[in-house]
Amino acid sequence: MYTFTVARRDLGAYLHGYAGYVILSAALFITGLLFQVRGLGAGAQYSHDILETFFENCGGLVMITSILLTMRSLAEERQMGTDVLLFTSPASDLQVVLGKYLAALGVLTIMLALTVYMPALIFVNGKVSPAHIATGYLGLFALGSATIAIGIASSSLFKSQLPAGILAAVVVVTMLLGWMLSDKTDAPFTDVLAYVAYWDKHFTTFQEGRLHVRDLVYYGSITFIGLLFATKVQEGRRWA
Amino acid sequence: MIEVRNLTRYYGEFAALTDVSFKVTEGQVIGLLGRNGAGKSTTLKILAGLIPPSSGTVTVDGIDMVAEPHRLRSRIGYLPEDPPVYEDMTVTSFVRHIGRMKGMSASEVDARLPEVLATAALGGRENQVIGTLSHGYRKRVGIAQAVIANPRLVILDEPTSGLDPVQIRDMRKVIRDLAKGRVVMVSSHILREVEQTCDWLLVLRDGKLVAQGTEEALTADQNRKMQIVVRGDANTLVEWLTKHPAVEDAVTRPMSDGTTSAVVTLRADAREQLAADLIAAGFGLRELRGAGDALEEVFLGLASGKAGAA
Repeated sequence: MYTFTVARRDLGAYLHGYAGYVILSAALFITGLLFQVRGLGAGAQYSHDILETFFENCGGLVMITSILLTMRSLAEERQMGTDVLLFTSPASDLQVVLGKYLAALGVLTIMLALTVYMPALIFVNGKVSPAHIATGYLGLFALGSATIAIGIASSSLFKSQLPAGILAAVVVVTMLLGWMLSDKTDAPFTDVLAYVAYWDKHFTTFQEGRLHVRDLVYYGSITFIGLLFATKVQEGRRWA
Repeated sequence: MIEVRNLTRYYGEFAALTDVSFKVTEGQVIGLLGRNGAGKSTTLKILAGLIPPSSGTVTVDGIDMVAEPHRLRSRIGYLPEDPPVYEDMTVTSFVRHIGRMKGMSASEVDARLPEVLATAALGGRENQVIGTLSHGYRKRVGIAQAVIANPRLVILDEPTSGLDPVQIRDMRKVIRDLAKGRVVMVSSHILREVEQTCDWLLVLRDGKLVAQGTEEALTADQNRKMQIVVRGDANTLVEWLTKHPAVEDAVTRPMSDGTTSAVVTLRADAREQLAADLIAAGFGLRELRGAGDALEEVFLGLASGKAGAA
């Protein structure tokens, strides 16, 4: 129950204030712009190539949006002193963190739902597999889930939004560069870095319409680790 | 109903609280006094369930704070000095949210909401966004969130700080009303506030509880001290005072206008007798009053460790 109470409060905060709408509007505007420039308006292309490009564009924006949404989550509670309300509530730290995660995921889901018209436009002059679309969106959702968890974990460490956002971005970018770094290192680091590659190794499969359980497990693991980290930081702060 | 036993809290090697014990029953407003660093905030944080004690126990209605903190948190309402509020929410939605966070069902919250808003004197502001409220009203919202779950213990840290005189007067009434059926613990630096709102005082110094009792009991000794101003010679006055059977000690000071001021400590509260005897002895009595603010004297004495009242 506490998880949903926290989620409802945070979702309200995103949607009652202007910040949530600004982030959503900007993300949707840029997605639409890229879809026109790199997709529909980029000359003759196969429909599935346009769809892959769409998911590629969306993936980048999902990561940026997730970081922007979550950098405030726990940091702002500390900054405003409202973390006292969480700490003096019977809610466990895990429930609080899960609530914040669900709220950010809710906003991201709204954003992704509002992009559906773009793949639908491909059907006007082309043909793509609905399964490809569904798999791509599942990948975006998984990528968003993991990035949100990283954002919340980072937000748990700071009292201010800005350093929280910067740290989350540094973590994500480092993981994005994993595939590049793996080429420059020796075993066993090569395999490790190749595996943790945030995008190249795990998202491109979704982008191409291929569903691998290992990729879902990967993003699920990142989500789990991020949320667990944030929970432990909160627990440490409550009993500090 | 609330029992604190041998409460001790260390921050590293530093003992912020040492062996503090007290017991309070419902219907009382408890005042926590002490200078900065005396251990007031640490005591309040432990009682609010924010930090655990290093040793000792806190029980509310028999529930142990350390063993069952989650269970106890719904029975405790806490308002820090700066009211923790979500500025983007309306008063009603915020208080409703806190009720849910305290484990109440939606129907329980709705049933209790009107009473809570009335207790916190928030009538007419129910649908106002908190960010647009004045500091005084935010304090009231803070009180509403602290009592929505009908807690057994309400902790108010400096509840009148930053309020104007009218708001302070209103807040006193709110605090008195809160004590019906529960314990209210108030921490304040303003002794006048504590004097006017609290039934029982706890005085902390260097993490130790150095005195506790009613204001009357703590200040009883101070009624033996008085300041007098008489027309007459200082030497004559001090000679007369030291011979008087009711006077324990007297310090005199000649004033520039020919009068003499004296701080007199009586063996018992014999103020009327001393006044009558002074006049009978031919001293022109200009002034006779208590030697300063009684509670302030006690507080300063206890807080600095120079006196041992009560």
